[in-house]
Amino acid sequence: MMNRFMQSRLRGLIVLALILIILPAFLANSFHYELVTQMAILAATVVGLNLLVGYAGQISLGHAGFFGLGAYFSGIATGTYGWPSVPALLVGAILVAIIAWVVGRPILRLKGHYLSMATLAVGFIIAIILNNERDFTGGPDGMPVPALEVFGWELSAFGQYSLFGLTIEGFQAWYIFASVVLLVAVWFALNLIESPIGRALRSVHGSEVAASVVGVNTAKYKSLVFVISAIYASLMGGLYAHFQGFITPAVASFEFSILFITMVVLGGMGSTFGVILGAVVLKLLPQVLADFQELETVMFGLILMLTMIFMPKGLLPTLTAIVSRRMRKKAGGEA
Amino acid sequence: MTALVEVKGLDKAFGGVHAVEGVSFAVEAGQVYSVIGPNGAGKTTLFNLITGLYIPTKGEIRLNGESTARLEPNQLAERGMCRTFQQMQICMNMTAIENVMLGRHLQLKSNLFTTLFRLPSLRRDEESAHRRAAELMEYVGCGQYVGAEASAMSYGALKRLEIARALAAEPKVILLDEPAAGLNATETAALEDLIRKIADQGITVMLVEHDMKLVMGISDRLLVLDHGRVLAEGTPEEIRQNPDVIAAYLGG
Ligand SMILES: Nc1ncnc2c1ncn2[C@@H]1O[C@H](COP(=O)(O)OP(=O)(O)O)[C@@H](O)[C@H]1O
Ligand SMILES: [Mg+2]
Repeated sequence: MMNRFMQSRLRGLIVLALILIILPAFLANSFHYELVTQMAILAATVVGLNLLVGYAGQISLGHAGFFGLGAYFSGIATGTYGWPSVPALLVGAILVAIIAWVVGRPILRLKGHYLSMATLAVGFIIAIILNNERDFTGGPDGMPVPALEVFGWELSAFGQYSLFGLTIEGFQAWYIFASVVLLVAVWFALNLIESPIGRALRSVHGSEVAASVVGVNTAKYKSLVFVISAIYASLMGGLYAHFQGFITPAVASFEFSILFITMVVLGGMGSTFGVILGAVVLKLLPQVLADFQELETVMFGLILMLTMIFMPKGLLPTLTAIVSRRMRKKAGGEA
Repeated sequence: MTALVEVKGLDKAFGGVHAVEGVSFAVEAGQVYSVIGPNGAGKTTLFNLITGLYIPTKGEIRLNGESTARLEPNQLAERGMCRTFQQMQICMNMTAIENVMLGRHLQLKSNLFTTLFRLPSLRRDEESAHRRAAELMEYVGCGQYVGAEASAMSYGALKRLEIARALAAEPKVILLDEPAAGLNATETAALEDLIRKIADQGITVMLVEHDMKLVMGISDRLLVLDHGRVLAEGTPEEIRQNPDVIAAYLGG
């Protein structure tokens, strides 16, 4: 049983890797690559957020705040102070982790709407600071961010690289890099979920009293998962900043937080691969419905509502359930 | 010898309602100690106080001589106390066996590093926790659900699953709140056997139960509550002959 379960765990990761390998065959131009790279970075962010929301059952409506802090820390450290990218990403993540821990301890005592409001406020405060600290952040106009530099090797969407004797464009290199990042993010998340720590997190969602009477320090685990999801957001925010080459406080905005939450809910709370699908769908939708630009947030709100009402388990789990029901029916019919 | 669980002058008020009032008693290690009384007598409230889910309005609870006043439920679990619930508390977002493995939480030492990289040491621990949980599910009689989702289990099986989870924590004392409620006669008989097996392992059992046949047969001592107060305390024989109990509760 255990073996079968572990195999199925890795099977998902392998399928994701195959999709990421095959995908370039369908990507025609740099714009497509850019879109998919953004998807991968956002997907990795919501894989982290899902640990908090889907598995531990704690809402955060301010996660873009942590994403934005990571983005700006990387931008300022590398751009203004000339740090190399990797230390900037790591120090940014550590700072965000500390902030999340300090903020998380008190607010995670709250439940339901109160927690929603508190996390919302955290996001707002961060966005306001990024808007106001013009000297560091450039204010509402935003700031440029240098290309990502990994151990002396600069990764720019406009560069050209040679890999295994092949010449690849910068946007392709970024795609490969973001794919690897997503796979690692998913692998860590899967490992976390299928562990004593993961069970403790899920039990906080399933029954907080049951968790506490078998010895789970529920307050500690809530803080822990809040911090972990904030670290995911911070690191991905930093990568996003480098990839985009330019950031504005919009990356920390309420709209962005809602986008993240909608990705999680639409894709499937508590389904790591589901939320990736959520990220893909919600990143594609504005491309398809280009005319609704200014109504984007309204649209996300609507999707959020409709999903909660009609498909509370989310897209991927619902689809999987339908497919497996069909297959069982078929098998039953043949028997 | 100090009692394993000692309760002194315990009071719990909800607004104006005194759910538990001036309750004192002691449970010795190894006993099966039952709390009986009509609905609303305060039995569940008493269990919630003992396991740290409620904070007493007044009075004192000692576990192994240590005051539990400032201890959270998870800290009491660390000291060997575990329980089941009248309103079952199962994590429906997990599989059956994961619920039991959750009970191994305190036995499993894991850190973020071994977890994120799923190092062999973690895998070994998980495998042994899985084995132990499967044994326990067998032991309490829901072995057929080892591969099932918790949400796919019958009511009676879930009640046993809760006991398996509590046992997985290797408690010194286990509190069972109406484990036989909703079970049929056969299931109740099996439950009685199970409680005996648990007690024979040396685990102290505190039991809230309405089924008189079960309670009288299995308990070393009983506490009778009525409107939050102690009506009587003693061996099953003493309780059976207590005139107050006969008048008020057993219906004479
Ligand atoms: N959390 C609570 N808030 C308010 N009143 C409560 C609470 N828990 C129990 N009570 C009240 O305390 C009394 C005893 O309840 P309880 O301990 O559940 O009784 P029993 O388990 O013996 O049936 C009842 O009157 C009940 O309404
Ligand atoms: Mg009760």
